[in-house]
Amino acid sequence: MSTITKPAGTGSKALRTKKSSRPAWEEEPHAAAKVGKAAVLTMVVIAVLGPLYSIVLTSLSSQATITSAGGMVIVPGEITLDAYRQIISGGVVTRAVLVSVGVTAVGTLLSMVVSVLCAYGLSRPGSFAHTPILFTLLLTMFFSAGMIPAFLLVSGLGLINTYWALILPGAISVFNIIILRGFFMGIDRGILDSARIDGASEWRILFQIVLPMSKAVTAVISLFYGVGYWNAFFNAVLYINDSAMNPLQVVLRSYVLQGVMVPGQIAVGQGAAPSLALQMAVIVVAVVPILMVYPLVQKHFTKGVMIGAVKG
Amino acid sequence: MTTTESTLTASAVPAQGSYRADAGGTRQGGQSTPRKKAGVRTRLRRDKSLVLMTLPAIALLMVFAYVPMLGNIVAFQDYSPFVGIPDSPFVGLDNFTRVLGDPGFWLAVKNTLVITAFQLVFFFPIPIVLALLFNSILSPALRSTIQAIVYLPHFFSWVLVVSVFQQVFGGAGLVSQGLRAQGWQAMDVMTNPDTFLFLITSQAIWKDAGWGIIVFLAALSAIDQEQYEAAAVDGANRWRRMWHVTLPGLRGVVILLLILRLGDSLSVGFEQLILQRDAVGAEASEVLDTFVYYSGIQNGDWSYAAAAGLIKGVVSLALILGANKLAHLFGESGVYSKS
Repeated sequence: MSTITKPAGTGSKALRTKKSSRPAWEEEPHAAAKVGKAAVLTMVVIAVLGPLYSIVLTSLSSQATITSAGGMVIVPGEITLDAYRQIISGGVVTRAVLVSVGVTAVGTLLSMVVSVLCAYGLSRPGSFAHTPILFTLLLTMFFSAGMIPAFLLVSGLGLINTYWALILPGAISVFNIIILRGFFMGIDRGILDSARIDGASEWRILFQIVLPMSKAVTAVISLFYGVGYWNAFFNAVLYINDSAMNPLQVVLRSYVLQGVMVPGQIAVGQGAAPSLALQMAVIVVAVVPILMVYPLVQKHFTKGVMIGAVKG
Repeated sequence: MTTTESTLTASAVPAQGSYRADAGGTRQGGQSTPRKKAGVRTRLRRDKSLVLMTLPAIALLMVFAYVPMLGNIVAFQDYSPFVGIPDSPFVGLDNFTRVLGDPGFWLAVKNTLVITAFQLVFFFPIPIVLALLFNSILSPALRSTIQAIVYLPHFFSWVLVVSVFQQVFGGAGLVSQGLRAQGWQAMDVMTNPDTFLFLITSQAIWKDAGWGIIVFLAALSAIDQEQYEAAAVDGANRWRRMWHVTLPGLRGVVILLLILRLGDSLSVGFEQLILQRDAVGAEASEVLDTFVYYSGIQNGDWSYAAAAGLIKGVVSLALILGANKLAHLFGESGVYSKS
């Protein structure tokens, strides 16, 4: 039982599972089992990628193709970039993208700086006030104050209709700090101790030794924070009343889920992109940044995430 | 510069020993190893920068987590935003009696618990099964590709997930299109309150079941391969090996995740539900969080909503402590332990 609580995926065991050949003692699976497995896996992959494929294709389709398909397009027909052209010229979506990019960039930077500092500051049990500080953090995971007092606080601070309302209330995730801390604690003590004896300050150790060794985990945690800011929807509903300040998720909701007309679409005539294509284009715009960053970070998941998470 | 560095060096050398001693035996305190534990002042001077580093996070938590905890005082008041917290009259437990006597609140409780229970049965096992399946893929390249694909929806927002479902299962979606093409009646699952439970569970599965695999895969990779080999040599077949080696290896993680889920049973996909509340109506989709939102922020009944939220917070706390206790009884370490 005790093996599980140890950081998984480290050391030689992880290497062993990467070996592709079947061990000598393992029997060859039944042919039917192989087919069944392949079928299930194919279905899983289609379930994830199928809808995305159709959405991207529809966003690129002309009105004629969409009409003949009766809605969402599966078989490629006439391809056009009209929807994207209109979004770029439309204003509302462009502005929402800028808002989301800004909030995500500033927020992620702030969250990472605060979290890395805190995680490193807590990475040495037995240091001054270590236990009370850790307890202060963990307590918030067990008891959350609730929506109403949080709202009253944000409005009391005068943050309503400011971008800070989208950043500060959720700026740090204790869970992420614990993951970072778990990783920092796993770094070989000998290196840090010798740096300390050589007279390096804690700041220098953090920035010149610890952080360069922690690229995987910081990449993963940055992705977590970044995706959190990019995807945040409800904060904006609560704290932003000025529709000019709405982030992309709120715009996505009103155009796609609530069926609000995308501005510019009413101007019927040639060049006006079909409304379904426009809606799908907004969805694509909301996904693309995630799809761009995700592959870079994804390979670190097991390494970076699990060490902290399985430890608890 | 040189002076500070030299003091740091001087204090850092004995520090190594004291950190190690503390890590091993915090519970004994200073009695057993008084010699190794540095004094408070020395430790403060030594760890000044470490403490300093935690301050920004502590400050943010104080303002945005602890101050709102105190803000729950409005649950005991007849709060009005125009009067403010200091001048609003106290009404004792009136708000709580009102909440507990409100059928709308109990509907929200019922829906919340039903959704939690339903997802526990139909969502929770899926990542385990998928992890076992993935673990049996031998080609590392294929495996990591499929993993990358199934993790992906976890990083989509709820707005996006609901939008995707609408395009597939909505009245004008792919499924309806197919049905119409076959000459059948189109169906709109997105607005049907009767099937709402299935809808939100499948959304949750689509978004997060793939991501859930990661924990189990890590646990699986931590199982000693020699156990499998020994079992195989002893004549255990594929299924017996799974029963006697794999599943016991997953036990700790499964119990840990069950505890977390249990402690979280009163929170069920708030954004997911609030996005679809208009489409299916409150009867099917009202949960505790949406109840708090609508009665407080939409209707301006602040104290009432705060009382409902506080009930939720306190019960959740009790649940997670209770679940953890349960885990200890099972001999598992749980979310936290005393040491």
